Amino acid sequence: MRRGPALGALLLVLAGCGTDAAGAPAGDEVAGTLTVFAAASLTDVLTGLGDQLEADHPGLEVQFSFAGSSALATQVVQGAPADVLASADTEQMGLVTDAGLTDGSPGVFASNVLEIAVPAGNPGGVTGLADFADPDLALAVCAPAVPCGSAAEEVFAAAGVDAQPDTQEDDVRAALTKVQLGEVDAALVYATDVRAAGDAVEGIPFPEAGQAVNEYPICRLAAAPNPVAARAFVDLVRSDAGRRALADAGFRTP
Amino acid sequence: MPAPLLVPALLAVAFLVLPLVGLVVRAPWSEIGPQLTRPGVGEALRLSLVSATLATLLSLLLGVPLAWVLARSRVRGRSLLRALVTVPLVLPPVVGGVALFLVLGRQGIVGRWLFEATGFSLPFTTAAVVVAETFVAMPFLVVSVEGALRAADARFEDAAATLGADRWTTFRRVTLPLVAPGVAAGAVLCWARALGEFGATITFAGNFPGTTQTMPLAVYLTLQRDPEAAIVLSLVLLAVSLATLLLLRGRWLVRGAAG
Repeated sequence: MRRGPALGALLLVLAGCGTDAAGAPAGDEVAGTLTVFAAASLTDVLTGLGDQLEADHPGLEVQFSFAGSSALATQVVQGAPADVLASADTEQMGLVTDAGLTDGSPGVFASNVLEIAVPAGNPGGVTGLADFADPDLALAVCAPAVPCGSAAEEVFAAAGVDAQPDTQEDDVRAALTKVQLGEVDAALVYATDVRAAGDAVEGIPFPEAGQAVNEYPICRLAAAPNPVAARAFVDLVRSDAGRRALADAGFRTP
Repeated sequence: MPAPLLVPALLAVAFLVLPLVGLVVRAPWSEIGPQLTRPGVGEALRLSLVSATLATLLSLLLGVPLAWVLARSRVRGRSLLRALVTVPLVLPPVVGGVALFLVLGRQGIVGRWLFEATGFSLPFTTAAVVVAETFVAMPFLVVSVEGALRAADARFEDAAATLGADRWTTFRRVTLPLVAPGVAAGAVLCWARALGEFGATITFAGNFPGTTQTMPLAVYLTLQRDPEAAIVLSLVLLAVSLATLLLLRGRWLVRGAAG
């Protein structure tokens, strides 16, 4: 009984959002709870931007769900109540767009390239991509099914390296964790992951990385429970401040 | 049957079985042949069965004596010991995997000197899969066997002792046959938990086809690209585990319960 008017108001808000999709200011207050689904590699930079948005709008709480891009796409397609999806994979974002679940078309806001991560001091003496063919080293790459794994396959193919990894990790942070623990001599991760790991991990860039540039699309979702805050968040990510934060974290920005 | 029991029981059945029905309904049955013969599926299944069985044997070897200590001995601090050994039950398995690294990894407390002395490091090997599964699954066996030992009538053991049997003989000839159904039930629980183990395995043993990629890992990674194929793989794992348990129940568990 009581739910009637509230539901009606919600529908009005949703309808209102649909009509001003061109980017006109919504006029509504940025408040309530904002749920952002984002690729694991965005953990630090988006958490920082979320804190900034919360500071600018005291009534707002930003919640994140960080996971692999394909897990996120699956969850959104299965009806997860997210407001914003920031993916590390244009193909996975395409699945969500094809399902008609995005509000507008996704835009690329950042890109990322692979780098070799080694534990501080480089105990395995790794110098370049060719060392991934050394069966005596403990090596981690991402599984081919996840984006960092398909990128790894591309750079190995470009460099003509027959990689001999000991493990194919389910996501890039899992690969990085094994470097931080010193359990592998090297892992192929993103430049941003090396930057995020601080002093425990050293990064070795390599020329073939340009063969697999990973683009990050972001989009508000059509069924967003909080479309006003979703718009504010996406605008912040794509603003000059957002680009600076992304560049500080090791991303390339458009 | 009284309704206060029947209704919740039926609800429980629906709650436990409907997700399985969902998998069966959504499975792409026309593709099941090609999915099963895909490279790596048989390998992952074999690895799962072998490692879960080895983990169960290891758990029996170490867990039954531990259950005996918890149930029968008068060691001080037994309650604390019991709480400690069931920690893996409440620990998120991924955390368990990291903890195993910190002890058995090549930088770990124990693993470090092993690596320095022999050059051997446990992570990313099939042995690491067995270790991770044992860590997560053994508490299930210990809890079951301890429960069986507490429920068993200790007077049989006293009788054996008065007839001159020492404690080891009493354990082997009297206690163990007495609690055999409990040990069997615990072993089944332990095996099933090891077979489905994911978090500790992928963290501590990594994921590599043929070496450490068990069925749950293969299912998870297949889910990233091809959800329908992942459903087929899950059903294969379910079918094999159910068949194994039914077979054991017919051949061994019932006889154990009767004996």
